[in-house]
Amino acid sequence: MYVAVKGGEAAIDNAHRLLAEARRGDPAVPDLGVAQIREQMRLLVDRVMTEGSLYDPDLAALALKQARGDVVEAVFLVRAYRTTLPRFGATAPVDTGAMTLTRRISATFKDLPGGQVLGPTFDYTHRLVDFALGDGADPVPAAEAEPEADAAVCPRVTDLLGQAGLLEPSPPDAGAPVGDLTREPVDYPADRAVRLQGLARGDEGFILALGYSTQRGYGRTHPFVGEIRVGAVALEFTPEELGFPVCLGAVDLTECQMINQFHGSDAVPPQFTRGYGLVFGQGERKAMAMALVDRSLRAAELGEPVVVPAQDQEFVLAHCDSLQATGFVEHMKLPHYVDFQAELDLVRRLRAEHAARAADSVPDESAWPEAAE
Amino acid sequence: MPDPAARQRAMARAGQATLDELHAALAQAGANPVAEDLRRPETGLVMVRGRIGGDGRPFNAGEATVTRAAVRLPGGETGFAYHLGRDRDRARLAAIVDAHWQRPEARPALDAALAAIAERRAEAAAQAARKVAATRVNFFTLARGED
Repeated sequence: MYVAVKGGEAAIDNAHRLLAEARRGDPAVPDLGVAQIREQMRLLVDRVMTEGSLYDPDLAALALKQARGDVVEAVFLVRAYRTTLPRFGATAPVDTGAMTLTRRISATFKDLPGGQVLGPTFDYTHRLVDFALGDGADPVPAAEAEPEADAAVCPRVTDLLGQAGLLEPSPPDAGAPVGDLTREPVDYPADRAVRLQGLARGDEGFILALGYSTQRGYGRTHPFVGEIRVGAVALEFTPEELGFPVCLGAVDLTECQMINQFHGSDAVPPQFTRGYGLVFGQGERKAMAMALVDRSLRAAELGEPVVVPAQDQEFVLAHCDSLQATGFVEHMKLPHYVDFQAELDLVRRLRAEHAARAADSVPDESAWPEAAE
Repeated sequence: MPDPAARQRAMARAGQATLDELHAALAQAGANPVAEDLRRPETGLVMVRGRIGGDGRPFNAGEATVTRAAVRLPGGETGFAYHLGRDRDRARLAAIVDAHWQRPEARPALDAALAAIAERRAEAAAQAARKVAATRVNFFTLARGED
């Protein structure tokens, strides 16, 4: 219960001024530029874009600066900004097969058409703190090599396996309307498209933990990473007044194709099943976790018992949004004086009744061992 | 009527250009960057769609900021721009470029300027691709046993 509480205006104003000063930190240290955050904290910017569900690196960088690096607070700012803007429409679905790759790996096929490229990755680093970086040392320039002839065409791994019928095909596009959880509340069971939208904007930590839980046995799906690709795709949009598609520019995306153990029926021979992840920027941990959870949320569709949290659509989708979660958890710190007063009155009454009952009855000595000692 | 694909290409190239590059392209074509707003530059959202599994049914992956502009030249030609991001000045200037591009006398010079911009971008992209190519894994299998 909320009641109007007056007072505290001056304290609030001054707290916000103090916040601004605390955000700035030691004035002897140079102010952090938004472009510096955008360029040098790029993976953090990508995470804010993904969970803020808004692709705009400069805006995400500014939100991070304003939020003093608090991801959930930055997501809050980005989501709030987005509500002030009109929506012009939807892009044509992106073609990740035509991505300009900066990274592409597969844990299932060594030799892929187009090859495996590691790109800028933390994988295989030693995780030793680099003190030279703290001294502002410039990096050694990146090596260069001529791209091999086959690098121009990099089909998705799932396209290759799919051709042999070993892998279930993607659900076909019948031209049906695309559900949008920012426009309509989620109905359960939710359509897979809506689930993917929710997972894409879901909190990375939560989705990661759920994905991990499936690996540890809570709804095991026997996953393999078919492919992870990171890179840029062009966005196409058809404005009404033009009637032809225009290129809006390119966005960086990370896609994960998870390949999971078999499913078959009398009608369909056994084949691998799939989970899918797609996030803004370079975010392969999130994309992988999303693909794991996408697959586990398909339990009912694939005839598996729904017994663990990662298989429960409502549990996952209703709790994966960091903004909703933090809103409800953090509202607890706002004044609940009247609520608490009522609880206080109740506990006092219960205690009085308890004391009255105790006074009325003669204590049984065996129930109070310390009194007998 | 010019080829719509050529206009789309010119619009896409203008969309990748910086504000300075757009000014330079107009100057190179002797085009006056003065136009009336059909619609004031406006920032909004587009929903970015992906496909389930990469090639299946579409889903909403998340939104992106887009800025659009629509202008009319004194001669009546109209131009449009839709760009990712929130740069209103750049979108408006790109719309002016689009409008001038529709004047047959300005088109060759604008196409040449935009092609030069695209070429510079392509060089940067090619260098980025070479850096990525240097991280390609070449697997080799160790021979073992007798054969």
